[in-house]
Amino acid sequence: MPHSVSPANSGTPNQVQDDMVVEPQPQAENAEAQTTGSTENQVVVNTEPENGNTQGDDVADQDMAMEDVGVQGEKVLESAVKEESKSEVKLEDLFADVESDEEFPSSTALNVKPSSPPEAPSSPVHVGPASKPSDSDVMRSFYQRLFPWRHLFQWLNHSPTPSTDFGHREFAFTLQNDAYLRYQSFPTSDLLRKDVLRLMPSRFEIGPVYTTNPRDRKTLRKSSAFKPLAKEICFDIDLTDYDDIRTCCDKANICNKCWQFITMAVKVIDVALRDDFGFKHILWVYSGRRGAHAWVCDKKARFLDDQKRRAIAGYLEVIKGGAQSGKRVNVKRPLHPHVARSLEVLKSHFQTDILHDQDPWETDEKFDRLLQLLPDKNLNEALRKKWSSAPGRASTSKWADIDALAKSGASKTLDAKALLEAKQDIVLEYTYPRLDIEVSKHLNHLLKSPFVVHPGTGRVCVPINTKDLEGFDPLEVPTVTELLGEIDEWTPPEGEKEGKAVQDWEKTSLKPYVEYFRSFVVALMKDEKDVKVKRERDENVADAMEF
Amino acid sequence: MIRQEFSRVDPKRRAILDHRQKQFAAPAFQNVEYKHRLNFYATPPTADITLEQFEQWAIDRLRVLAELEACSFRNKSPAETATHMKPLLDKYLPLSSSTSGSTALQAERQKDHYSHFILRLAFASTEDLRRRFSRVESMLFRLRFQADDARERMAFVEGLNLDWETVGDEERREFAEELRAAGGGYPKRIEEESYFKVDWERVPELVESRRVFLKAGKAYVPGREQLSMVVAEFTSRLDKALELTSRALPRLDEDDRLTPILTHLSQNFTTPDANYSSSTTALPGADISARNIDTLSSSFPLCMQNLHRSLRRDAHLKHYGRLQYTLFLKGIGLNLEECLVFWRSSFSKITDDTFNKEYRYNVRHVYGDVGGDSNRRGGGYNPFSCQKILTEHPPGPGEAHGCPYRHFSVDNLTALLQNVGVKDQEVLRGVKEDKEKMKFHLACNRVFEYAHKQEIKKVRDDGTWGAAQLETIVHPNEYFKRSYLLKNLGKNPVEPEGDVKMEG
Repeated sequence: MPHSVSPANSGTPNQVQDDMVVEPQPQAENAEAQTTGSTENQVVVNTEPENGNTQGDDVADQDMAMEDVGVQGEKVLESAVKEESKSEVKLEDLFADVESDEEFPSSTALNVKPSSPPEAPSSPVHVGPASKPSDSDVMRSFYQRLFPWRHLFQWLNHSPTPSTDFGHREFAFTLQNDAYLRYQSFPTSDLLRKDVLRLMPSRFEIGPVYTTNPRDRKTLRKSSAFKPLAKEICFDIDLTDYDDIRTCCDKANICNKCWQFITMAVKVIDVALRDDFGFKHILWVYSGRRGAHAWVCDKKARFLDDQKRRAIAGYLEVIKGGAQSGKRVNVKRPLHPHVARSLEVLKSHFQTDILHDQDPWETDEKFDRLLQLLPDKNLNEALRKKWSSAPGRASTSKWADIDALAKSGASKTLDAKALLEAKQDIVLEYTYPRLDIEVSKHLNHLLKSPFVVHPGTGRVCVPINTKDLEGFDPLEVPTVTELLGEIDEWTPPEGEKEGKAVQDWEKTSLKPYVEYFRSFVVALMKDEKDVKVKRERDENVADAMEF
Repeated sequence: MIRQEFSRVDPKRRAILDHRQKQFAAPAFQNVEYKHRLNFYATPPTADITLEQFEQWAIDRLRVLAELEACSFRNKSPAETATHMKPLLDKYLPLSSSTSGSTALQAERQKDHYSHFILRLAFASTEDLRRRFSRVESMLFRLRFQADDARERMAFVEGLNLDWETVGDEERREFAEELRAAGGGYPKRIEEESYFKVDWERVPELVESRRVFLKAGKAYVPGREQLSMVVAEFTSRLDKALELTSRALPRLDEDDRLTPILTHLSQNFTTPDANYSSSTTALPGADISARNIDTLSSSFPLCMQNLHRSLRRDAHLKHYGRLQYTLFLKGIGLNLEECLVFWRSSFSKITDDTFNKEYRYNVRHVYGDVGGDSNRRGGGYNPFSCQKILTEHPPGPGEAHGCPYRHFSVDNLTALLQNVGVKDQEVLRGVKEDKEKMKFHLACNRVFEYAHKQEIKKVRDDGTWGAAQLETIVHPNEYFKRSYLLKNLGKNPVEPEGDVKMEG
């Protein structure tokens, strides 16, 4: 398929347009021919009449395309010319990314890709500080210039060659008007990119790989033939679930103090998935506001059925019940190795991040909650007396008081073991990850794609490198407007050769995140490839044995 | 041509019969030797059995399975289920251990084997039946596996050739701490337990409840958790086999001997009945006779009281009403003669002639006195359970059968309850709520508890009745039995111990 536009003709719009018109694509082919956002010169090139059934929200555009069928070529040309006369640079920007999306890039060629010519950096993005991240101009520039389409494609496709792993994968778009388009699918990343640019979704989500192309689901004779086959196991941790124990912020707000909850959660879940379940390819992604997602991408993980997903979710779930259900941690003794290890990891966080930073039992009402969780009545009375007489005593001291009073013999009925266990439970209740377990249980759950922009904060959902987990600061994550500004400000380093290709994302603070993602994808693809080769070799050996 | 084909033949497979000849070859049937008490049912039976055996064995197994399912509906604990099922299993599907030296050993195992495969045929047709069949068969397998002698169980599991890796001594010592912690502190000394290592995907329920130690994708399963693994294996194999059977079913090409039996079997299975038979539910000392029914009717559940009242009012009941009521009466121990007397006298507006012509036969048929071979042998029909009454044949105009809690409007239900003496506003409101929530059992049990408040308190207090005898009622005959026993506490010398038990 002639997807790629070679660097040679990228500068000549006519050729580009021709290329797109003659392209025999099964998907909606909508060439972007406008950048200013004015509707008069928006032209939809449509070579595929039946694509209307897949793009329900796009009726207007479709109609227009139908009318235009006869004079399509002309119009395209016309608008292209118009475009050229308006701003030459912009058109180049348009296709800047296209070049990098070569059909079959080898993994070695990853970082030496031809990019937009050196003039491109000077192209103004027209993003003032007042621009809101949801503005379609901003989003368009982001999707065009910064979104790592090819890495996303390789991540989901598990090989450079387009396969059904990507082609039968469901995408769901949330459009600017909050309409939700499900069951979108694309044979290649290029077509996904084009559709995203056409529809300008404020975000999009990734669903499972189905047995057939999700777009064809209604044409199947038996509806049962359309089933989800595989999806990464996902975990969703959201700070709102911590609202009853975090004192610094609430609702959608976060600060570095409460981000520590996510840090702890990532540590505990990550080590369990790796050591216990033997998964290797776990991608943690910042959700853009106040949480994190995990994508477990191992082949074994992707093909698990719902029962086994439930098993993992149940294995990892320690805190059960809602805010009203009293004691929420009920673990068996002796502690299961996973719980014991988690407790070990969480202990130090409990001292610093909870007792010191969160100070959860500062006031009278708040320390009542703590007393509820302690088993011994007499001890509780003694503690209550002590704490009531010293208002504002810090949680750290209060926590120490428990042991101090217990040792001093404030209670004759004290069961030291029960107290220790209760204290362990409290540590777990205040630190153990609170998972949104429904996300993990079902094969066909959709989850927001990495690298999309959170519409509220404008922050990009960047991957989190678990090697430098403590160093991750959600408030430092670049916003889309900052990034576009960085492109403009970028100047080629001194002594750098003219013509050396630099991708737009490399000019911005998105660079480390994209590079981390790329290395993750490369490792994943390598493992997938090894499996294939190994299997083939095994088969050969088996054959050889027969004769 | 010939040479070419010859060269393609796999030298190793030469001994195997060509598939084109295979269908004409005489099958090498042989009687299977059953080494173990338990069976994974991997090989289908090949020996001949009579049609009579075919049907009887299947029915016997079905009884066991239906009762097992009923146990799970009533949320019985595994231990309760085991004690409940024991007499039934001994009666219908006995399986002695290899060491028992029983002479019927092979015959018992053959019956178990064959009946399983007959029911497989009967229940492979639809997805729903397959799922239920595999569920109850797994339950039965689990029950037997647990009851099995430890050594025989070991031999059986080893014979299965499941690819489980045994954890070596060294590895076991290395992870001793973790293994013990995952096992809830057991075993005290690690040498006391043997461990298997399998992919964790094979024991999802153990993983989910954190009952095994996990390392690098492998679950370390202690020997005592073998059960869940073996059962999981059993279920997955059975599911696969059922799927294959269902595909082969259309090619069974047999419709006058086996197919009717098979359809009949699968239909019976759709409504699991708690089976009653008059012999085991008899209440010694109770005067269960035609003239006493009026008195006894105060102990009837509301559905039967309603039928009784309609019968007294109209001197008639329509077909399903007669069927439901006759079966109930049969269940409480009214014998055929008395039952005929009862109906004859109740239908006071008709002549003897009409009664004999139109009604007599039906009553006798229900009792298994007349009718086809299987009806007579099986002793007629079984009394309807609540589930059957609730789900089948909703009453039409002029019909009085069904369940009042379900089939009556709220107003009519309240009026009926007040007529039979339930006047407490609290109870009536509760019943109304239950009805709105479609919890008809709860409503019925609520009324029962209200009507027997004092008696229940008494037996609870002096501990003569355990929780098992006071669990939720799901059968009209159980309602009567319990009610009767409670109302005659002082007079009745009979211990209520085992006789609230149901048997087919």
